[in-house]
Amino acid sequence: MVPIYYYLILSAILFSIGVGAFLIKRNIISVFMSIELMLNAVNLTFVAFAHHWHQVSGQIFVFFVMVVAAAEAAVGLAIIIAIFRTRATLDVDRIDLMKL
Amino acid sequence: MNTTPDVLRILPEVILTITGVLIMVIEPSLPAGANRKSMGWLATVGVVAALGASLYQYQLPPGTGFFGFVQTDAFSAFFHVVICGIVLASMLIALDSIGGPTGDLGEYFALLCFGAVGMLLMTSAVELLLVFIGLEISSISTYILAGFRRKSARGPEAALKYFLLGSFATAFFLYGIALVFGATGTTAVYTIAPQLGSSQMPLLAIAGLGMILIGIGFKVSAVPFQVWTPDVYEGAPSPVVALMSTAPKVAAFAVLLRVLYGALPALHTRWVPIVWWLSVLSMTFGNLGALRQKSVKRMLAYSSIAHAGYILAAFTALSPDGVAAASFYTFSYAAMNVGIFAVVSHAGGFDDRLTLIEDYRGLAYRSPLLGAAMAFFLISLIGIPFTGGFFGKFYVFSSTLHAGFVWLTVIGLINSGIAAFYYLRLATAVYSKAPETSPADSVPRPAMSLLFALLLTVAATLILGIVPGRILDMARAGAGTYSSVNPAADANTANR
Repeated sequence: MVPIYYYLILSAILFSIGVGAFLIKRNIISVFMSIELMLNAVNLTFVAFAHHWHQVSGQIFVFFVMVVAAAEAAVGLAIIIAIFRTRATLDVDRIDLMKL
Repeated sequence: MNTTPDVLRILPEVILTITGVLIMVIEPSLPAGANRKSMGWLATVGVVAALGASLYQYQLPPGTGFFGFVQTDAFSAFFHVVICGIVLASMLIALDSIGGPTGDLGEYFALLCFGAVGMLLMTSAVELLLVFIGLEISSISTYILAGFRRKSARGPEAALKYFLLGSFATAFFLYGIALVFGATGTTAVYTIAPQLGSSQMPLLAIAGLGMILIGIGFKVSAVPFQVWTPDVYEGAPSPVVALMSTAPKVAAFAVLLRVLYGALPALHTRWVPIVWWLSVLSMTFGNLGALRQKSVKRMLAYSSIAHAGYILAAFTALSPDGVAAASFYTFSYAAMNVGIFAVVSHAGGFDDRLTLIEDYRGLAYRSPLLGAAMAFFLISLIGIPFTGGFFGKFYVFSSTLHAGFVWLTVIGLINSGIAAFYYLRLATAVYSKAPETSPADSVPRPAMSLLFALLLTVAATLILGIVPGRILDMARAGAGTYSSVNPAADANTANR
């Protein structure tokens, strides 16, 4: 049997890749994809712990995360389309009308 | 066993959901060019009903419903009332500042209703799954509202920044829940605390705590997670900013109180120092940032960061007084901040005609009522006596001082002094004579709905400032629901 630590380390690595990509990537779609990667890393953690504790609630959590991620994707892509219509670019560095 | 029907435990949420769905169903059947403001009035009726239902929840015997997913008690009812009040005021503001028959107004009001449902659920949820769903319902609705001016260049940009950083924060929050679940084997807030004591993996719980703090830190815009705030407030329509600078933050603070005091009190030696730093950084950075702003909305964004810092200061007190002070401050912050955005929305309109502080020059001569209201809210934001802002700060800093955090109190009071500079700069602009033609000359007469919104917020700020005792008692009753709050807790962890 695979020990739970393997799953936890894998999901931590996936989550870190997501965080890194979120900070480094310049294309909005890639940034958006890295958020999805982070959410899926969390899902893996939930499933691993649900198995560890013999609790089905962790797996139910995963279903809700997937539903919410889908809803978020719908809204997010709509916003990205609105951006593309006004700016004709998807480079985050050029979406800088308001300075940070 | 309690005999209260479960549906009464989520009555305000049910009312608002039905209102939102009704609007979505009725709106398409209206003729294309017709005025959609009737939808706004329908939504207003729904929110007033939800406010009544929230007050009614005070009389319910405290308890849980839906298999331990929601809990109505004095704590949740207090925050329900505050959030319903904010949503009501921001609807009235929107009814005033949106002019003409706009085609997509129906969605606007429906989204306000749905967003409110999410925020209300966050305050009454005692199961982290429901907290997460409430957080997402409220966030997704506000992402759309932030980008409501989709023809302008700034609207979608604000929505994009809010969306990307908001989802980023949600992922951290979720990871925190997953790790706490791993450490304890449960996601029910009040079973986490006893399980935590016997946990074999305390490190997981500590990592989870950190992740949850990052996630909530983004939502309440605490430094160093505040980068999105000024841009989003600048780009979003002012009536939306009135809502999203207050209601989601109030809900997030309620969640943070539930998680820290309800689920993770055992880890207080870990989270008190973190919250201490978040609070100090937010106060200092927010106020210093606001000093050099020229745009009113950006200045108010930095001011909201500073106010998040004041509220977080009360979290460190680890006493019922601290919880009550934090609840009281969220209420008074909501009243005055919604109030000032009511003035900003009316003066600038949906499209932000007035942006800079200079543009507000002479507003008091053009419209004495708006000028007076703005000055009053600025005075309350500074924290001058006989306003809600004064007693908010008073209770927060007396609770931190009582807990022994002398430095935190001193830094907080110095910050309140710094804050006076930029608030007064706006107040003097409002009351100084305009050179010859000022943009403030174009400000229209306030409509009836705006007067209602101003009346609501001015009355709330005044009541909190003149007879704060009753509201504080309600906040204290809410704080009393945390059995884990230990009055003797650690005068000795103090004095950092």
